[in-house]
Amino acid sequence: MATSVPLATTRAATGIPTARLAMWWVIASEIVIFGGLLATYVMLRLHHDHWAEEASHTSTLAGGFNTFVLLTSSLFAVLAHQAAERGRGVRAARFLWYTIGGGATFMLVKAFEYTNEISHGYTMFRDVFWSYYYTATGLHGLHVLAGMVCMAIVAAGARRGENLHRVELVGIYWHFVDMVWIFLFPLLYIAK
Amino acid sequence: MALTVDAEHTVPARRRGAPASHDGHRGAPAAHGGHHGPTSFWSTYVFSTDHKVIGLQYMFTGMVMALIGGFMAYAFRMQLAFPDQPVPGFGLVTPNVYNSLVTNHGAIMIFWVAMPMLIAGFGNFLIPLMIGCDDMVFPRLNRLSYQLFFVSAIVLLASFVVPGGGFGGAWTSYPPLSSSGTFNHTPWGAPLWLAAVAIEFIAFLLGGINFITTAMNARAPGMRMWDIPMVVWMIVIASILFMASAGPLIAGAIMLLLDQVAGTHFFTPAAGGDPLLWQHLFWFFGHPEVYVVLLPAMGIVAEVITVHARKKLFAYKTILYTTAGTAAFSFVVWAHHQFVAGIDPRMANLFTITTLLISIPIGEMLFCYIATLWGGSIEFKTSMLFGVAFLAEFLLGGVTGIFLGASAVDVYLHDTYFVVAHFHYTFVPIAIIAVFAGIYHWYPKMFGRLMDETLGKIHFWGTIIGFNTIFLPLFVTGAAGDHRRIYSYQHFQQLATDGLQSLRVVATVGMLIMLLAQTAFIVNFVRSLVRGAPAAANPWRANTLEWAAPSPPPHGNFAEMPTVYRGPYEYSVPGRTEDYWPQNVPA
Amino acid sequence: MAQQTATAYTAPTTPATPARASERAHGHPSYVKIWGILLALLAASIAGPFFGIMWLTLVTAFGIAVVKAVMVAAYFMHLNIEKPLVRYMLLAIAALVLVLWAGIYPDVQKSEGQNWRQAERVVRPAGDAHAKPAGEAGRH
Repeated sequence: MATSVPLATTRAATGIPTARLAMWWVIASEIVIFGGLLATYVMLRLHHDHWAEEASHTSTLAGGFNTFVLLTSSLFAVLAHQAAERGRGVRAARFLWYTIGGGATFMLVKAFEYTNEISHGYTMFRDVFWSYYYTATGLHGLHVLAGMVCMAIVAAGARRGENLHRVELVGIYWHFVDMVWIFLFPLLYIAK
Repeated sequence: MALTVDAEHTVPARRRGAPASHDGHRGAPAAHGGHHGPTSFWSTYVFSTDHKVIGLQYMFTGMVMALIGGFMAYAFRMQLAFPDQPVPGFGLVTPNVYNSLVTNHGAIMIFWVAMPMLIAGFGNFLIPLMIGCDDMVFPRLNRLSYQLFFVSAIVLLASFVVPGGGFGGAWTSYPPLSSSGTFNHTPWGAPLWLAAVAIEFIAFLLGGINFITTAMNARAPGMRMWDIPMVVWMIVIASILFMASAGPLIAGAIMLLLDQVAGTHFFTPAAGGDPLLWQHLFWFFGHPEVYVVLLPAMGIVAEVITVHARKKLFAYKTILYTTAGTAAFSFVVWAHHQFVAGIDPRMANLFTITTLLISIPIGEMLFCYIATLWGGSIEFKTSMLFGVAFLAEFLLGGVTGIFLGASAVDVYLHDTYFVVAHFHYTFVPIAIIAVFAGIYHWYPKMFGRLMDETLGKIHFWGTIIGFNTIFLPLFVTGAAGDHRRIYSYQHFQQLATDGLQSLRVVATVGMLIMLLAQTAFIVNFVRSLVRGAPAAANPWRANTLEWAAPSPPPHGNFAEMPTVYRGPYEYSVPGRTEDYWPQNVPA
Repeated sequence: MAQQTATAYTAPTTPATPARASERAHGHPSYVKIWGILLALLAASIAGPFFGIMWLTLVTAFGIAVVKAVMVAAYFMHLNIEKPLVRYMLLAIAALVLVLWAGIYPDVQKSEGQNWRQAERVVRPAGDAHAKPAGEAGRH
């Protein structure tokens, strides 16, 4: 790891810290990726009448529980940020680990759901609806996994009191992943 | 990273105050707590985090890819002029090989030449120097971006040698042809091609976020929005444009890859998919992509012509607003690529109108550039020749685009060589001519030596004459009915006439002239590296900040971090003895 | 905006910039309270479909999703105290998705075009993932 940063990194002509500004641009680029995917899903959903029937085979219970899990993990992420802002690295790291736990729970429930659906014949190849279902939730799941890995790295640093500003950044990313799920949930689990 | 090092102190918002307390008046390397340059070969040239090295890495990779893409053009143009004869140095071009060649020629020239040269190459080299800071804001992310780009190039090249050969479904990769190996006969080539494009996109997303953040946050003290050189603005706007348009295509690429590899049917109508959807997702990216590469080229030309005409850029703010407007507008013109794809006719009307409208801001920008030249003391250095040639040649590409933007005309001309000639009249000025203008202009800064002007002029005229000899005849063959993507016209009686065939031969001869002219460039480039006249810090007497750094700039760029006092284009200011007024010189 | 000028060029990468910390000190709603509201909204969106009224389901599903997303963005991502520039940036990007929607929608609603017809419903039998699409268009 580099021992110093360029002068450029420490400048903030906009008044927004460089790292956070970059994180907002990351979020912006993610908005169009998920936006494009979900927009096409909604269009096709309106086009194909039989998708409603296919959608009725998703588990509202699992989806609702996962929404609860992600909302709660977001709470932990923001509490971690609060702790980091007050300079309490160990506390921030603990909350980050709670968030990672939330992510792991989410992935477990998702795995259970996938297993259940696939074993009942609702595979990716059954219908284009299911192709979208697995693509959208799979892409989201990859984001959850990536967030968990990043948070583990940030938590390790925060425990030592290093790079506390990263707690906020990884939190912003996590909230975004949460927001994507907030839209995926009604689209895939509620509207039937 | 220890982020508490060297936090910058508050600088008063007023510009011309005495800048006594900020970083500019501390010795830069000493203040950085050990931010010294690397020492070994590997850490200096291969794994460097220095923005200049990374910029040059992008540029050299782009040049190698340009040679590969050019060689492909040589192979298929020879086949078109002299059908079914073995091409010297390549061999026989069969229909499958032909498809693979044109597909990868297009993909390479856009994704692996235009993008890395214009955005990543010049962006990396110029942005930190021109805004007066020591590096990109995320140097290691920058290095990762190049490494991903390099991997993508390798993956693409690997796709030529897998069983079945390289992908041959055109750079637009329309399904269902592209969505299954049973249709396109390249079960390995197609997914590898798509993967290469996807990796490249990730590389440019990382790089783009770095460019945008650097230009937004890391400007030198005193540099207001209106003091940013036009090329930096253009590269940043292009990066935003790329980032905003690539998203849906990334989602689409995941779907297409699943279609190819897993066996889903997102885009296969026989299984409930939608073939038009991919075209929309592709062109929602594909059309803004034209502006992604155009804008940096316009920016490079703006720098070149102001310096060599010794004149202020005409209507800086107008050009800037126009650029932003064009960028926003470029999102609502995409379906003009699909007029014959069976899209809704009402939408075709709408997209015709928006397409014709977007030629207004681009025309306005060209007029502003011509007004910049008007009354200037023009000195035709090689870079200036290329800069002016860009304006002339791009104009031809733009004007023929108006024909194609009208849906009624497009129905006739679609997928003919008229379209091929049109977009080469836009892309060659962008990716070849403007890039050469930039290389000849900034070569002294990159390597500390001047390029040879005589060889440069030979290269210029060879390139321009060759280029026009290729594509002017193709307008004619296209209007006469030559369809694209046909490997031999001898199979079509109406198109196998002597008249048309002689035009095809003329085009091929032009291509040989253009390729041959590039040897002058390569000789000049390599020879100047060792034997060129040493360049001073500011050989062109230019204003922008990169010329305040030594040539070539050391690690950390500036001996003393600059402060900005005025705009970048104060040339020939009345009442001054010198005809230029660098941005960093106090009044 | 005045404050923006004043805070420009301050040391930004320290964990908490003074401006943001002070903004947060007074009057920020408790995170746990926000979380409680989010959970209540979640319950409402799950309960929505049980009434069996179409428009109500749409409101509880998508109206609430928007409200939840805005709350997360404002209070958890702290967009409520972020510089306005960021909000405009994100909104402009989100608006692009609507542009994409508007341009594509008419074509996605088509079931046939030149030389192709979309199969309306193809359901592969369970356990036979790689079977060929079940023949011609039409329900079976």
